[in-house]
Amino acid sequence: MSESGGKNAGVVAEQLRAWNANAVSEVIEFHGETTIVVPRELLRITAEYCRAHLQFNFLSDATSVDRFPVEPRFELNYHLVSIPNRTKIRLRTRVSGAEPVVDSVVPVWPGAGWLEREIFDLMGIRFNGHPDLRRILLPDDWEGYPLRKDYPTEGYRDIPATFLPGFKKQ
Amino acid sequence: MVLNMGPQHPSTHGVLRVLLELDGETVVKAVPDLGYLHTGIEKSCEHKTYSQTITLTDRMDYLNPLGNNLVYCLAVEQLLGLEVPKRAQYIRVLMVELQRISSHLVWLGTHAIDMGAMSVFLYCFREREEILKIFERFAGQRMMTSYIRIGGVALEPPAGWREMIGRFLKMMPSRVDDYETLLTQNRIWLARLKNVGKIELEDAIARSMSGPTLRAAGLAYDNRKVFPYSSYEEFDFNVPTRTDSDCYGRYMVRVAEIRESLKIVEQAMAKITDQGPIRTDAPGIIPPEREKMKTEMEALIYHFKIFTEGFSPPPGDAYVAIESPRGELGCYIASDGSPKPLRCHFRAPSFVNLQALPRIIEGQLLADVIACIGTIDIVLGDVDR
Repeated sequence: MSESGGKNAGVVAEQLRAWNANAVSEVIEFHGETTIVVPRELLRITAEYCRAHLQFNFLSDATSVDRFPVEPRFELNYHLVSIPNRTKIRLRTRVSGAEPVVDSVVPVWPGAGWLEREIFDLMGIRFNGHPDLRRILLPDDWEGYPLRKDYPTEGYRDIPATFLPGFKKQ
Repeated sequence: MVLNMGPQHPSTHGVLRVLLELDGETVVKAVPDLGYLHTGIEKSCEHKTYSQTITLTDRMDYLNPLGNNLVYCLAVEQLLGLEVPKRAQYIRVLMVELQRISSHLVWLGTHAIDMGAMSVFLYCFREREEILKIFERFAGQRMMTSYIRIGGVALEPPAGWREMIGRFLKMMPSRVDDYETLLTQNRIWLARLKNVGKIELEDAIARSMSGPTLRAAGLAYDNRKVFPYSSYEEFDFNVPTRTDSDCYGRYMVRVAEIRESLKIVEQAMAKITDQGPIRTDAPGIIPPEREKMKTEMEALIYHFKIFTEGFSPPPGDAYVAIESPRGELGCYIASDGSPKPLRCHFRAPSFVNLQALPRIIEGQLLADVIACIGTIDIVLGDVDR
């Protein structure tokens, strides 16, 4: 098992609190990883602070979780790496299903571009200030967001006749 | 003029489509279009038990199935808090390093064929065949091995495995020398790759590039060294870097990595003992041995429960990143305490690295686009998942 957090990860939350007391709403430690929950409105400036002052220069991954029917149902996770300090943290923000909009972090890490497009494509979360927010893996005319929990695994299209209600075997 | 390159173009290594706006022969603007291989693996994972997903991971990056198995298993193990026996960790290292060599060989061969060097392709595939034979002996499968399992590996190493890998290790260094004789100082090769597709280090970091592309830009960032997993801290190897950051630099880094991987394979062979566990002991999570299942009631119950209901990790999440042949391969799993993952996300290195393609090829000649796509080393199964 890898020690992915590194010893400095816990300090990061303290540094963020010292900078802006509102920026950290919760700190979760789980099996060696540190998750810092940030209010939705403060995501971009917190990300900018992490990059500029705490040396988190590498955005490793951005992904989302749908906890439907819990509200706020969406969770956005940004996995940051500080290459000089060898530290990893996870920035998390929660987004409601009624208004799934959040500020994009592309101005902070350009590498977030396609990762956020993927989240938009599959989970339907929109990013303010994203330079090119289009579907990326699915066709442009696709309806719905497949990774949402209320989207059936089989999809809505091309259902074989045997699965349709009222179908009788010959 | 707007030119549609792909999705059936052979040098896009799969089904990548790039829209190129040209001014004469110079690329003014490039827009990649993906998704032709999208199979919704992440959605499928949410409807399978944790052990069933392993076979899906094989099919993402089809040149690195063992690496995909490994990152997924490491993430589940972190979620469960499982410790893997040292012997199994070394076997894992042995297998993923062989996989790295085979992936780099496919890259070198296909890239050479893109550049017009037919014979290198044949030589590379000859050596890759030897690695696939090793995989077949270990796992019963050449490509979709599913050999690495949660808590360890699937099978004991086969009889005669030391001789087999020993023969390969003896043969390989001189074969790598052969490729280098054919390419490294080849005038056509130099003309096609030198000073083509440059990207500055700051730009590469900001765009989250990883793997040989980042190392060719001058940063020795390798997850095996920086955040060691699976006992990589016990192995002695170098992280090759270059500072030229062009297609030639990426080629040199990959060839050097083949040699480093050979060193790791040799060390792993010495570390793997003949006796010892290949799976951790965790009743209810790891399937019991066949022998026990036939003689002990409890083992039979566990066996039945694992393969019908599955096991339930505690609620929480885990993100693990490993160094795949293409760069940082990550796996994020969120659990809600049920036997199926709430969310399973793969951070595909090809996907993120490909993002920088427009930046790399804009301003280059059309013929260089092929060299640039080649040296980023994308696998479309990994890009689209």
